[in-house]
Amino acid sequence: MTEFIVRRLLQAALVVAVMSLLVFTGVYAIGDPVELLINPEADQATRDMVASQLGLDQPLWRQYTLFVANALQGDLGRSFVFNIPAIELILQRMPATLELAALATLIALVLGVPLGLYAGMRPYSPVSHTIMTGSILGFSLPTFWVGLLLILVFAVWLGWLPAFGRGKTASVFGVEWSVLTLDGLRHIVLPAANLALFKLALIIRLTQAGAREAALQDYVRFARARGIAPSRVLFVHILRNLMIPIVTVAGIEFGGVVAFAVVTESIFNWPGMGKLIIDSINLLDRPVIVAYLVVIVFFFVLINLLVDLLYTLLDPRVRLSGGSR
Amino acid sequence: MSALSSKPLAAPAAATPPPPSRGMRLVRAYMRNRMALFGLLLMLVVLFLAVFAPWIAPQNPYDLKQLSLMDARRPPGTESMAGFTFVLGTDALGRDIWSGILYGLRISLTVAVVSALVALTIGSTLGLTAAWRGGRTDALIMRIVDLQMSFPSILVALILLAVLGRGVDKTIIALVTVQWAYYARTIRASAMIEREKEYIEAASCMRLGAWRIMTRHLLPNCLPPLMVVVTVQIAHAISLEATLSFLGIGLPETEPSLGLLIASGYAHLLTGTYWISIFPGIALLIAIFAINLVADHLRDLLNPRLAR
Repeated sequence: MTEFIVRRLLQAALVVAVMSLLVFTGVYAIGDPVELLINPEADQATRDMVASQLGLDQPLWRQYTLFVANALQGDLGRSFVFNIPAIELILQRMPATLELAALATLIALVLGVPLGLYAGMRPYSPVSHTIMTGSILGFSLPTFWVGLLLILVFAVWLGWLPAFGRGKTASVFGVEWSVLTLDGLRHIVLPAANLALFKLALIIRLTQAGAREAALQDYVRFARARGIAPSRVLFVHILRNLMIPIVTVAGIEFGGVVAFAVVTESIFNWPGMGKLIIDSINLLDRPVIVAYLVVIVFFFVLINLLVDLLYTLLDPRVRLSGGSR
Repeated sequence: MSALSSKPLAAPAAATPPPPSRGMRLVRAYMRNRMALFGLLLMLVVLFLAVFAPWIAPQNPYDLKQLSLMDARRPPGTESMAGFTFVLGTDALGRDIWSGILYGLRISLTVAVVSALVALTIGSTLGLTAAWRGGRTDALIMRIVDLQMSFPSILVALILLAVLGRGVDKTIIALVTVQWAYYARTIRASAMIEREKEYIEAASCMRLGAWRIMTRHLLPNCLPPLMVVVTVQIAHAISLEATLSFLGIGLPETEPSLGLLIASGYAHLLTGTYWISIFPGIALLIAIFAINLVADHLRDLLNPRLAR
């Protein structure tokens, strides 16, 4: 087990290093940020001064080694636009994104598992057909367009919910949360529903397919033959085996939800990391782009590691290579 | 006498027609499902509209001579200055939304299909190579696939477009990068199974070249699962391109795909001018839904575990 964790950690560190190199060289190729920051009529001397202040006059490899050395100390450069450390900017915005993503995942799980189970246990009933066709619709609906639709219906036509921003937040341990105030909750409903839709469709389909296959397995037939109550077969025998793929996918997809928040945050003007990265791309705020990408890669590697560990806890059949029998 | 003797000879031939080929059986099984047939029909209609857009559209929305600012932001059903009806209304510049959708569909579908085909070529070449060569080549290619697939497509596309900037070619590059790994993984999985079968052994014994065995023998037998991936990926590419264009980092303004049409109506949404965004969105939805419906039934049909 320890060997497995150490090996996975080394792998993870390698991925982060490779990605940071790729991202850094890649982002270096985007336009010249000096052009954006200073007056277009400024003379060459001023330009050079600004460039050297930002470290842009150094050769690329030198910039990268400096970047890595600083990154190891938690310093990912200063935002050209806000003139505060990029990492601080991202950490400021992170709770808003995490809160949105967590609520969306929760909605998807709470609605998706029961609907998928129902459709899987009665594959030929009309209700199941509706659920499954609806889930294809959920895959087909592009997130951004559903977002517009939600704004149009619930904010413009009905006027029930606000369309933009986080609303009032409450502070816990120095971090602001929207879910803790009524106004904040009203603000988070639409974006969270929007972000949940795609995952909901995914979880319905996953649960349905799993339940349908599991219902034909010998252990389920045997349980039925023993006269165990159908509800117990469903919740104890089938659901327990289904939880493995569902937890894995929900875990891995949590990273996907955080990434997809880029779209939802842009539409609902939600001040999270996703909106920050789109704004930074448009403003060519290089340190923020690089810092965001390194943070999110790190985040993904961490999630994959946690999911792997959880997997072994849930399924004793998974034997880790190198583990003793 | 001769008439009698010829009868028993002809009868068995008529009673047992040659068994339908695997392809024919698949087509028949597919046609039996009504939802699948509906999806296919819808897909063909969308394709028809996209291909013949200039002949179907009542106006060319990008020909300034045909536009009039007097027609700006008309609700659906208004009559135009030129005499035809704006079935779906007009946008802020007086362009007919229905015509805009037809032209936009063309751009969206072209970008999606081109990127899917390029990704298919690259992905299946690498996947076949990995399965055929095995060992280190396989390990290297599959590690790259794993790495790529551990990141969501929107993020990969976002990184690439942040680096490359906006543009048709750049959007296609981003879409290809997002998709190739799925093709590579699918084709490798089926090629690994096919590789062990006797016909490949026979072809090797005949001393056919590796390239010939891969393309003429291995590839055709790996196609069925690939078909599902192609349809799913085209739908995915349409959606992703629309999303990127909506965010303003995909296609340029000069190529008004459905995503850009929706973005152009976003600002008017809060004033209740819904048709500029909503109708292109519905068109996008229908296109993606039709393709997904077809893909979904293809998958059921080709899945041996659900075979009836």
